[in-house]
Amino acid sequence: MKITSSLVYKFGNNIDTDQIYPGRYLELTDHEEIGRHAMEGADPTFPSRFKKGGIIVAGTNFGCGSSREHAVITLKNIGVAAVLAKSFARIFYRNCINLALPAIMIPELDSFGLEEGQSIDLDLARGVLTSNGVSHHFVPLPEDILELIDRGGVFALYKS
Amino acid sequence: MHAIEKILALASGKSQVSAGEIVTAEIDVAEVNDLYLQVVKSFYELGGTEVKFPDRTTFVFDHYSPAPTIKAADNHRQMREFCKKMGIKALFDIGKGVCHQVLIESGFVSPGSLVVETDSHTTTLGALGAFGTGVGATDMALILRNGSLWFRVPEVMKIVLDGELKPGVMAKDLILHVIGKLKQDCAIYKCVEFAGSAVDAMSIDERLVLCNMSVEMGAKAAYIQPDEKTYAYLARYGIQHAKREVFTDPDYRYSAEYHYDVGTIEPSTALPGSVDNLALVREQEGIHIDQIFIGTCTGGRLNDIETAARILRGKKVAQGTRLVVIPASEVVFKQALAKGYVQTLVEAGAVFSTPGCGPCLGAHEGVLASGETCLTTSSRNFPGRMGSTEAKIYVVSPATAAASALSGTITDPRSNLSK
Repeated sequence: MKITSSLVYKFGNNIDTDQIYPGRYLELTDHEEIGRHAMEGADPTFPSRFKKGGIIVAGTNFGCGSSREHAVITLKNIGVAAVLAKSFARIFYRNCINLALPAIMIPELDSFGLEEGQSIDLDLARGVLTSNGVSHHFVPLPEDILELIDRGGVFALYKS
Repeated sequence: MHAIEKILALASGKSQVSAGEIVTAEIDVAEVNDLYLQVVKSFYELGGTEVKFPDRTTFVFDHYSPAPTIKAADNHRQMREFCKKMGIKALFDIGKGVCHQVLIESGFVSPGSLVVETDSHTTTLGALGAFGTGVGATDMALILRNGSLWFRVPEVMKIVLDGELKPGVMAKDLILHVIGKLKQDCAIYKCVEFAGSAVDAMSIDERLVLCNMSVEMGAKAAYIQPDEKTYAYLARYGIQHAKREVFTDPDYRYSAEYHYDVGTIEPSTALPGSVDNLALVREQEGIHIDQIFIGTCTGGRLNDIETAARILRGKKVAQGTRLVVIPASEVVFKQALAKGYVQTLVEAGAVFSTPGCGPCLGAHEGVLASGETCLTTSSRNFPGRMGSTEAKIYVVSPATAAASALSGTITDPRSNLSK
């Protein structure tokens, strides 16, 4: 599984689900509509400036707070290709895997020196991130989880 | 093994499990709240035709209750239809209260049970010796379809609270202090156990506060070993026995242990933005407050409302400050009515609203405008949590909330006790 030429969108530590998807939109159930409010609580300009296929790069405890699955649905539907963080909150992490949004925990992420707006390549299976011609290594997700993500998540699995 | 490992082992048909292991456990009680029409949609998308255990499945309308918008009303309507079609009898419709409290009061929670809800604050149930954890919509849809879910057996960290609480200090102050010291990501994927003489001495209402807030450290679940108080409390709701009577083995090794002397802890607050922004209330005194909210699964139980009523009896909420009180459940509301607390608070100028989550998640019943400052007994003060991202939210105890309502500014409740 490879993701190429993705733009980096950087966020800090403890980005909670209210920042990823504000509570005032929780009654929405249409996924496309949910996708229009991604990261609005952290950065109201995000939905307009985000380019499909981009990657979120964050600090520790990404996705803390509420169990709302809208937080993953919104990122999926706006077209986030992957989330890299130093650590993830548990429920958000489970939701990501179920919905096939690669959530990759990289405790040493700071040392990769990624900057806002730069283009990176990701090889999920090998655990390699390439930026400016330099390769950085991380622990890849387990094979069965990668397969689940590759097949499109829990729904695709049950349909087959 | 730890008691919670034994719960997971028994629920997954194993004699032994250890931290890090993945088990598939049968769920004793599943709860869906009204933020989660997605559960119904996902259930059908997963090919679900009938709910595996309708008698173990509950729905609670608490986050949007009564419905504030046509969309929310339609979500409720579809959930009611789903329950009817699937033979789910335990549908707690508008006004019954916040899911965790409703499940407890309806006899769905007993020591050793495995309870999963579509809400992060399901950790609350650990105060009764249950393994309670929150999930998203897809996981819940899988539970409705299969009756089970996979779990990673968590490490357990122990927080020992010894000593005697000083007057004016509540469980909320203790947990804000602990989160402020250990920070909000200290327990990601772990179970947090609370023990010590201060926990032993605490009422169940107060123990529920500790376990409720443990998710604000990232915890997957919380735990307090059940004692006589636990069983006396549960007997009120028809629970006589544990689902599984489990105890932690003496040789169990915790992943970490932290000790606190609660006698040194003062009324505390989480400053706006983050639950681990710890400060002392006395250092924040004088800041004007537009709205005070006493309520939710964290701070809306009888003990919380009683504390507020005691402080506000015969007095008035300061002009220029709004006090919104929302009981955690209909049961709590009725108890508060019977004891006269509601009358006391309304006469003091409080506004009551329907039992449920209230403005905690910024959906209805008292959301905040840009530039406003709020004191809340709920659990979260993330930017935008209760409305405008330009509003400031301080998390406090019910005693601090009530004392501040009198002055209209942040006030240490101890200044009130001495009068």
